[in-house]
Amino acid sequence: MSWQKLQADLSDTGYVASDDLAMALFLAVTLGKPLLLEGPAGVGKTQIAKTLAELQDAKLIRLQCYEGLDASHAIYEWNYQRQLLSIRAAAEEHKPSGEVEDHIFSEKFLLQRPLLEAIRQDRPAVLLIDEIDRADEEFEAYLLEILSDFQITIPEIGTIEATTRPHVILTANGARDLSDALRRRCLYNYVDYPDRRTEMAILAKRCPALEDRLAEQIVGFVQALRKEELEKKPGIAEMLDWAAALAGLGVNDLADDPEQTQATLVCLLKTERDRAAVPKEVQQRLVGKAA
Amino acid sequence: MQVTRFPERAVGPAERLAGFMAHLRLNGIPSGLGETETALAALGAVDAGRIGEVRSALRAICAGDADQEKRFDELFDAYWLNRGRKRDGASVKQSARNMQATSGSNYRMAPGASDDEGEADTPDDGTESATGRSGTGRLIASKTGNVEKTDLRKLMTPEDLERAERIAEKIAKSIRDRRSRRRKAALRGEALDMRKILRKSVHRGGEPIELFRKARPDRPSNLIAILDVSGSMTVYARVFLAFLKGLVSADQRTDAYLFHTQLVRISDALRDGDTMRAVNRLSIMAKGFGGGTKIGTNLKQFNAQYAAQSVNGRSVVIILSDGYDTDPPEMLDEALARLKRRGARIVWLNPLKGWEGYAPVARGMAAALPHLDHFAAANTLDDLAALEPWLNGL
Repeated sequence: MSWQKLQADLSDTGYVASDDLAMALFLAVTLGKPLLLEGPAGVGKTQIAKTLAELQDAKLIRLQCYEGLDASHAIYEWNYQRQLLSIRAAAEEHKPSGEVEDHIFSEKFLLQRPLLEAIRQDRPAVLLIDEIDRADEEFEAYLLEILSDFQITIPEIGTIEATTRPHVILTANGARDLSDALRRRCLYNYVDYPDRRTEMAILAKRCPALEDRLAEQIVGFVQALRKEELEKKPGIAEMLDWAAALAGLGVNDLADDPEQTQATLVCLLKTERDRAAVPKEVQQRLVGKAA
Repeated sequence: MQVTRFPERAVGPAERLAGFMAHLRLNGIPSGLGETETALAALGAVDAGRIGEVRSALRAICAGDADQEKRFDELFDAYWLNRGRKRDGASVKQSARNMQATSGSNYRMAPGASDDEGEADTPDDGTESATGRSGTGRLIASKTGNVEKTDLRKLMTPEDLERAERIAEKIAKSIRDRRSRRRKAALRGEALDMRKILRKSVHRGGEPIELFRKARPDRPSNLIAILDVSGSMTVYARVFLAFLKGLVSADQRTDAYLFHTQLVRISDALRDGDTMRAVNRLSIMAKGFGGGTKIGTNLKQFNAQYAAQSVNGRSVVIILSDGYDTDPPEMLDEALARLKRRGARIVWLNPLKGWEGYAPVARGMAAALPHLDHFAAANTLDDLAALEPWLNGL
């Protein structure tokens, strides 16, 4: 297996990866290192994990991070209801409390959360830790421990070793700066908006039915739009939505019906200010540029 | 850029890689044994004869963020292709051609490859005699003309600036503590700690008699200081730089920036333990120090480049400027509004405000006022110290 092969495989599955991204992913898989992907929203950071899982026929385990995420949501949690019931039942039978404690803190009562689940798979899973920068710094510290040792310590049970090592992909949008320790533990790639050629390839993969001329217009327009001063620049997902919308409306040429084209911009521009920043005149200018 | 020479006596890929890591470290990309090890493993997995592949692989391993990723190529070329050194164009071309020649040979630089081979195929050989250098190891930063730069050494004499630093440290410490959304066990708290309750109730047949609670611990917030060092602010630059140094050294999360016509991030330079090196770095950064002011442009750039990483709802942004802006005021208005939308508090310290009869009539200042959480004077140290109670009140 080489990185070119991986790139080709990804492409067959419908993901067009840049050379650098393919290389980073290849090294991550080969060397068993976590891969940290940063970049603006909507450039396919999450998608690559899904594609990799599909490619390797592996289970995709996703951990969506958010502020306040803690061990009980990310690693494991005890099933309190079952524990309570079990204690009650044991009390009726007059079991000694030591035995009860052993019983209710056994694996039967353990709820697996994504991180624990990921290291206990029979086949290496793809673990996607999405938007790691949204989680707190304390969580990053947990994560570091797991990423370096691939083992989880549960005080009541002991240390659980990984049966297989998952392929770990972390994504970040820059909501918060990540610690150097985490960065150093990971391979890194900054995923930027694709260039024109790559974006054409993506569009061709995803919407093969689209006419070449319209496809070129769409990509050209979106590329030009990203250069405008916008709060939220349109990502690849938005571009694909827009292409689907235009195809659905039966548009052949963006310049044909400026009113309609303007109306379809809802797919690309997601804030009121951005909408205001691209009035019809600007839209026409961009269409002109794209053609 | 600091330049490391390709170690001519280095033998084998491992040593050369180690040299490369040292070169990266010198240039502010932290990389150590772990990276070297990973890099060696990676070279076994890619075609080490192709410069593009090696570059891409090493970039993935060594770069830690977007900024480092951008700088990486230059550093890579400087080390492996000897591009960083001052030399005539001809020899650069020669070494580049050598590299391409190597790419055809398909040589694999596996960790165990023999030394002679490593020598024969390295891109460096062709230029070795041409440049005629001696010894190995690193070079110091290349000399650059100092004419247009204000010498910041004068601004760094510690004695009279110490107080400014102390005040800044106090301020930085005072805003560190805010509350988190995570919960930790605590005597009094709003949420029940089920795990602990259950554990303690086992002995009582599952009757939760004692209730344990969780509370939200304090969570630190961060400071970002942006200092105007344009011509009109030069007289204050000295003390404000000391102030920034205090802020930055009290707390790892604090970020500091300078701007005149351009914006530069100086947190790392200020944090540099080696004072001489810090001064050097600042001097290089301060090209144009004391020149014109473009507050709007610079804040806009700050928003675009740095704000996403460093500014959040718990941040306090301190702008030190007199508000004389050569950009149209709308630009400043827009930039501040955008910054505000990230949830940060904005504090503007204006040295002119302390003057009698001052009114914020400068167009830039007037445009900024509606966005500010706090607008204060900053022409004496006491003014700076007065910031602390305000920050505490947040």
